[in-house]
Amino acid sequence: MILEALIAFTFLAALVVLLAPDAWAGRLAFALSAVPFAGSLYAWSQFDGAGNALTGGTIAFESQFEWIEVGGRSVSWFVGLDGISLPLVVLTTFLVPLAIVSAWTPIDTRQSQFYGLMLFMEANLLGVFTALDFFLWFVFWEAVLVPMYFLIGVWGGPRRKYAAIKFFVYTNAASLLMFIGFMSLVFALGDSVSSFALPEITAAIANGGLGEWFGIAPGTVALGAFLAMFAGFAVKVPVVPVHTWLPDAHVEAPTPVSVLLAGVLLKMGTYALLRYNFTMLPNQASALAIPIAAIAVISVIYGAMLALAQKDLKRIVAYSSVSSMGYVILGLVVFTEYGVGGATFQMVAHGLISGLMFMAVGVVYNATHTRMVGDMAGMADRMPITVGILVAGAFGYMGLPLMAGFAGEFFIFVGAFGAPSLPYAPAFTALAMFGIVIVAGYLLSAMQKTLFGPFRLETDYEVGRAPVHDVAPLAVLLAAIIVLGVAPDVFFEMIRDAAIPVVEGVSADV
Amino acid sequence: MYNALPPWTALAPALLLGLTGLALLLVDTIRPRSRSNTSMAVVGALGALASLAVTVWFVAAGTGSADTGGGITLFADAITVDTLSLFFTAIFASVTSLVVVAAHDYFHDHENPAAFYSLTLFAATGMALLAVANSLAVVFVALEMVSLPSYALVAFLKTNRGSVEAGLKYFLVGALSSAVFLFGISLVYAVTGSLIFAEVAAGIGSLGDLAGIAGIGIVMIVGGVAFKTASVPFHFWAPEAYEGAPAPVSAFLSSASKAAGFVVAFRVFTEAFPLGASVSAEINWVLAFGVLAAVTMTLGNFAAAVQEEVKRMLAYSSIGHAGYALIGLAALSAGGSGNGAVMGAAMAHLFVYGFMNTGAFLFVAMAERWGVGRTFEEYGGLARRAPVACTAMAVFMFSLAGLPPFAGFFSKYFLFMGAIDNGFIWLAALGAVNSVISLYYYSRVVKAMFLDDPTTPSALDTIDARPTALYAAVVFAAVATVLLLPGFGPVIETAEAAASALF
Repeated sequence: MILEALIAFTFLAALVVLLAPDAWAGRLAFALSAVPFAGSLYAWSQFDGAGNALTGGTIAFESQFEWIEVGGRSVSWFVGLDGISLPLVVLTTFLVPLAIVSAWTPIDTRQSQFYGLMLFMEANLLGVFTALDFFLWFVFWEAVLVPMYFLIGVWGGPRRKYAAIKFFVYTNAASLLMFIGFMSLVFALGDSVSSFALPEITAAIANGGLGEWFGIAPGTVALGAFLAMFAGFAVKVPVVPVHTWLPDAHVEAPTPVSVLLAGVLLKMGTYALLRYNFTMLPNQASALAIPIAAIAVISVIYGAMLALAQKDLKRIVAYSSVSSMGYVILGLVVFTEYGVGGATFQMVAHGLISGLMFMAVGVVYNATHTRMVGDMAGMADRMPITVGILVAGAFGYMGLPLMAGFAGEFFIFVGAFGAPSLPYAPAFTALAMFGIVIVAGYLLSAMQKTLFGPFRLETDYEVGRAPVHDVAPLAVLLAAIIVLGVAPDVFFEMIRDAAIPVVEGVSADV
Repeated sequence: MYNALPPWTALAPALLLGLTGLALLLVDTIRPRSRSNTSMAVVGALGALASLAVTVWFVAAGTGSADTGGGITLFADAITVDTLSLFFTAIFASVTSLVVVAAHDYFHDHENPAAFYSLTLFAATGMALLAVANSLAVVFVALEMVSLPSYALVAFLKTNRGSVEAGLKYFLVGALSSAVFLFGISLVYAVTGSLIFAEVAAGIGSLGDLAGIAGIGIVMIVGGVAFKTASVPFHFWAPEAYEGAPAPVSAFLSSASKAAGFVVAFRVFTEAFPLGASVSAEINWVLAFGVLAAVTMTLGNFAAAVQEEVKRMLAYSSIGHAGYALIGLAALSAGGSGNGAVMGAAMAHLFVYGFMNTGAFLFVAMAERWGVGRTFEEYGGLARRAPVACTAMAVFMFSLAGLPPFAGFFSKYFLFMGAIDNGFIWLAALGAVNSVISLYYYSRVVKAMFLDDPTTPSALDTIDARPTALYAAVVFAAVATVLLLPGFGPVIETAEAAASALF
């Protein structure tokens, strides 16, 4: 029942904060958000899952109650954790309190609504990562969009309305496409499934339960469903060419919202890809390995090149997220233990590092009120600690060993280079590795221009040291990144345990 | 439990509504000076709630359900009380109580609010009678009993030109369609020799050369249904009437009155003109409803997308939703195993719609009460002054659009899936496309309220009053819209059981 307690508590906390006075809503939200974090740590300590939740592994904290039963298929409240979802749950509950603290300085209107929506989003994110029934999962998945729409649209920058609506339209259209894809699978499965529980559907597909649907052959239905779901999730990830909502949303969103958008919301896309496309339909994924790997590599290189061309620090970090998510896709499509495991690990690592980068840029912005590379120089003089952490985070992004980013990318490259199921795997891997060089290029050049040299600022603000509550979350994040980099096994062991059945899903059939 | 009571008590929900209306009229007539708006509203709301409570009790006790011996028939088979009628009565009673509560604040300075409450309750009585009608004669009488108070309600603000004009238009179109409907009934009577549904059905099975006349009669009855449900081709009164009418009346008409049209359609076309017999007589009304559903939902959604006034947008969106609900008839197939599922899903959609659409119109009522204007622009920045009410409105909008966190998602989902299961994938696809379009104009309201700035800095200063009863009605409807998501199981199961009993 611990997962129910986690989700219910977070919903209640959101309600309490919504009704709290603006003056101390931020403090209250932080205090309340510490409870789900403690709860997720407790869940981690009691974790007894084994294998992958979808392929018959032992599901930790499994609980299932029937919700609606119609037309021979039941919808149920079905939650549980495995080695893939637990790290993401911990990541979510860890990032939200930090994001809330980072909001104390920039958010100065309608605070109780802001923090209430943040907690409401957290509750739904926890639902996304724990739900094992398609309907339950979909309800949470969509419910994440609503608070995000308001968080960008109300508290965002000058073009916030455009960004919020673009985000909403893109992701909703994507959801519809994905929904249609999944439902066609369920229809094609016909009587071989009696519920929307993901493990049951996965098993039915693996056992050849797909039948004809409206005269379309089972293989075609599966392929169509794969493509529809891939396209739907690709928007969320995002991959090139459906990434254009991301920079707008990131640039307009306030810092704490960007942190969660990059840190957790993008992982919803890769998590769903892993669960639905790569675990349920491994053979289709493997048959389409070359185009998917090509999309991944294009995302890596093109995203990095776009970042190279930006002047706005936040845009740079936003585009580099597109690049980093490309590595995750590459890791998934190679279907090796280290590839899939590394991709999952990279989700967590990127969540922490991009969260750190957005937060650090936000702290600088709080002081300077500009994010343009040309508008400032020598920030290291005035904000030594913030800048120090920002530089450390940037090195984490570039994949400095002993930081989480290195571990994630290293696993992916190890897994991808010798992948047996992906033709030309070494070539794809080498191309993707080249992305790191570009990342280093733009990050070093941006830092050189803004952080070092003699101090200069175009805007008319007095720049002093950032307040402690701005810097503390940065330090905590950096510490977490280093811990994960030094000892990746704290998560990688359980991730690998859950990733192996995914890999076996394809090699058994091909 | 029901065995202990005499059979006529099965009509208790309708009787309670009617008696409350009469009581209000009586008090108003005897003591016209000392009546108070508040006590009238309280009595009206209590009457509607009592009716709702009895209905829910009957459903729970299984009155008239297939498990307890089927529908209870009264008055020489002219009336039958079964789960279908109770389900729809629950919709009517809950919408009526919401509207009566909200009207208390809306008509706070009206000179004669008592007439509003009694007219609303009389119309609701007519709806409850429509739900139990088992004879075409009862259908017509009950239909007029709904229509006549409705005409008066639309024109209730008699000093307001818009309201009077809307009332007149509604009356003219209504009179015409009543005549068409009645002529249709007489043609059906001429060829089948009866007005009782079961006997009409028997007559349809042996039409012989008279099939053409029966066909014309059925088409005319379809026209009457289209008027009541605000579907194409008798939809054009709806935007005018809903826009001109006082907003609580629009809420009442677009939710309850529409549902009343559907209960007639569902029962008449399954009981009196069973699909198998009709098709073999070459009267394929499923095809007619398929075309109507497709045109209605598309027209409603496209027209709603270009409106500048929120109330008018809601009026067209209610036409669009009539199109979705028509899928419940359009996706039937003779002997199809999924008939009960798809019609039950349409009923569940109307149930959810009863809350989300009533709530949306009541929010418009609140905006009218505040005097903030009618267009999307004039709703700008409303959330800063009235965050709770605007949150409720956002819930209604997202739910009407069918976004997953709200009950409107499930009801649409089951409707479209039911259509696909019954082989009507094109209707489901069209419905899904229309739902996507609808997200555009529904989210415009949310955008205006939450993201946009007020048109002028002082535009929101008119929001001085806190109409408690209106607030309560809007918030209650929003809570119901949210809670119907986890609580959707009992609704859809009751609806499917009720619909399956018809086939």
